Amino acid sequence: MSEPLLFRQATLPSGEQTDVLVRDGLIVEMGSVTSKDARSVDAAGLQMLPGLVDLHTHLREPGFEQSETVLTGSQAAAVGGFTTVFPMPNTMPVADNPSVVELELARGREAGYVQVQPIGAVTAGLAGTALADLKGMADSRARVRVFSDDGKCVHDPLVMRRALEYVSSFDGVIAQHAQEPRLTEGAQMNEGEVASRLGLAGWPAIAEETIIARDVLIAESVGAALHVCHLSTAGSVDVIRWAKARGIRVTAEVTPHHLLLTEDLAESYDARFKVNPPLRSSEDVMAVRQGLADGTIDIVATDHAPHPAEAKECEWDVAAFGMVGLESALSIVLLTMVESGELSWSDVERVMSRAPSQIGRVEWSGLVVGAPARLTLVDPADRHVFSAEHLASRSQNSPYLGRELPGRVVYTAFDGYLTVDAGTLVPAETVAAHAAATRANSAASGGVTNG
Amino acid sequence: MIRHLLSTRDLSRTSAIALLDTAEDMAALGARENKKLPALRGKTIVNLFYEDSTRTRISFEVAQKRLSADVINFSARGSSVSKGESLKDTILTLRELGVDGVVIRHPSSGAPQLLAERDWIDVPVVNAGDGTHEHPTQALLDAFTLRKEVSGDDSRGRGLDGARVVIVGDVFHSRVARSNIWLLEHLGARVTVVAPATLIPSGAERWPITVSYDLDAALSEPVDAVMMLRVQSERMREAFFPNAHEYAQGWGLTEERFARLAPSTLIMHPGPMNRGLEICSAAADSSQSVILQQVANGVFVRMAVLYSILTGTSEVSHE
Ligand SMILES: [Zn+2]
Repeated sequence: MSEPLLFRQATLPSGEQTDVLVRDGLIVEMGSVTSKDARSVDAAGLQMLPGLVDLHTHLREPGFEQSETVLTGSQAAAVGGFTTVFPMPNTMPVADNPSVVELELARGREAGYVQVQPIGAVTAGLAGTALADLKGMADSRARVRVFSDDGKCVHDPLVMRRALEYVSSFDGVIAQHAQEPRLTEGAQMNEGEVASRLGLAGWPAIAEETIIARDVLIAESVGAALHVCHLSTAGSVDVIRWAKARGIRVTAEVTPHHLLLTEDLAESYDARFKVNPPLRSSEDVMAVRQGLADGTIDIVATDHAPHPAEAKECEWDVAAFGMVGLESALSIVLLTMVESGELSWSDVERVMSRAPSQIGRVEWSGLVVGAPARLTLVDPADRHVFSAEHLASRSQNSPYLGRELPGRVVYTAFDGYLTVDAGTLVPAETVAAHAAATRANSAASGGVTNG
Repeated sequence: MIRHLLSTRDLSRTSAIALLDTAEDMAALGARENKKLPALRGKTIVNLFYEDSTRTRISFEVAQKRLSADVINFSARGSSVSKGESLKDTILTLRELGVDGVVIRHPSSGAPQLLAERDWIDVPVVNAGDGTHEHPTQALLDAFTLRKEVSGDDSRGRGLDGARVVIVGDVFHSRVARSNIWLLEHLGARVTVVAPATLIPSGAERWPITVSYDLDAALSEPVDAVMMLRVQSERMREAFFPNAHEYAQGWGLTEERFARLAPSTLIMHPGPMNRGLEICSAAADSSQSVILQQVANGVFVRMAVLYSILTGTSEVSHE
């Protein structure tokens, strides 16, 4: 087992200062703690958060390992302070059956940096017609509860209705990538003056808003749970606000990039800024910040989307959509929401850890004695020019390279062992060994329990 | 002096007028028996055409040859994705071949800007039409033609202040319209854009233009030039308008509309024309039409552009 850790004088989201003793994978003592055998970590001035949870990650394995693997994506997550990621099913083969989600789960456990909790496809092959093996994935070792065709919209209203109903049989949720396909044929960036001037085909706000409006009404009629991925427009915030006021079971996420970046970045034709849904207007950015601040939007999720250099170093309209985001997510939330006073640290804990766990149906205990030691420590006073050396992802398509960002993850602990130590990623072999030891230990104790 | 010609939007009024004046010099040379100028002798220019456009390529090629440049024509069909080699790799190859300037025509908006701004190659870049973004040399030749018609031999140094230009048709898909809108604005002209609402780009209310859906109303006031844009009939399949007949009735320069036009109003078209759709033959072939002058002036304007950016001066020495 890993050595015990004593974080001294950490600041909790409540603002309270405490020592935190971690032993055998758990938080075992808080308050004023002394320990003879634990490694002492000076956490004075560091903000402690429960491990961050990303409900929207693309790990690319299996099938696109030149962009990312479960291992490298897990490393990127750890660097960003995450301890759980939900990989999207648009792999090759598609994660639309138990064997692919179990493969992802196993790769995640071997890597040992984070909990990899797979999302299953809604429809077979993401084709939008026949339902995938939804219950098979739910009953598999991966215990899938979130289903999404992300990258594509479940646009057939009959399929969407049936999927919402069907997964409600086992407490599942459909995470919808809201994009009306006919209104976005060939779409390249936010529809509006900038797109018209640049000669790039527009991706209109209504293509997102009409699907969300439709889906909340379907969800209401069947009493099922709907989650809206990467909401990006002011109109979408209004629709979600209306739906929640009406009591509809809907949750919504916003990405860090939609909290900060705007459509005018496309003026460079630099495809690092090409993402789906596209960067929107500054009015939209203000509206999603407001929505996150007032609770209309439940969570921040990265939509971490790695792509190789050649998919971005090309003409805008042939470039791939997407940007990496795990390593920078917390910094962007600090920059846009915390430094402006719109979110407190307790709110950050909620939107980046507790609420995504609840939506994703994974256990969450927070920073309390007896909880699994999944935590991250951030230096909020740090400011650094974000560069490729801050990326652990196999891909470097970050829109923030060269920007000064606040906040730096200094330590991340997963089930009691460090994955980031003094700002540096712990090597794969060390982490894998800890993970293996933890598995062996829990198997042994499980054996005892079962008699 | 400008380094590249990527768009008219980022061209200053001064630079635009300097280019038009240099084009006047080129036109004067064009009238001589020996039309050739040794200005670009020893310089190699590549015409990198990712889109079929015989008209534009030939116009550039004539301009290059009159300036004594060595010319490489590189044609590639379709996007870099279908072709296999990336734009970047093609450009790196050209760099090693030692070209002195690139003229690029590309179906992707922004491709010329990538060439100019990335560290792939360090030579002047001329945009010969990119996607639905811009076609700056077309706008310059339109402005040159219009200025010559309006101001005659007294053109040099002048803009198009107070001129009224009506641009009609598929602005949504037209790089020519975009380049004209910005350039005409810089030169002081007033621009009215006329099309069905489906063919007006989103956000165009923020552009320096008046938008109208009614061609007859737009032509009822005095107009210096009416510029008809090419309309591709396949647009009707994308529900931009119901059919060619209805389009022609509403927004075509029909014989009836042509008959009502003041004799002084110039008729322009960037070509190739769809006779009977956006323009009737009577108008296209009339004495008010400057469509063929546009073609001739295209060579002078392209000579001026290449001369200016490759020699770094707008002064033409008559050696
Ligand atoms: Zn998506």
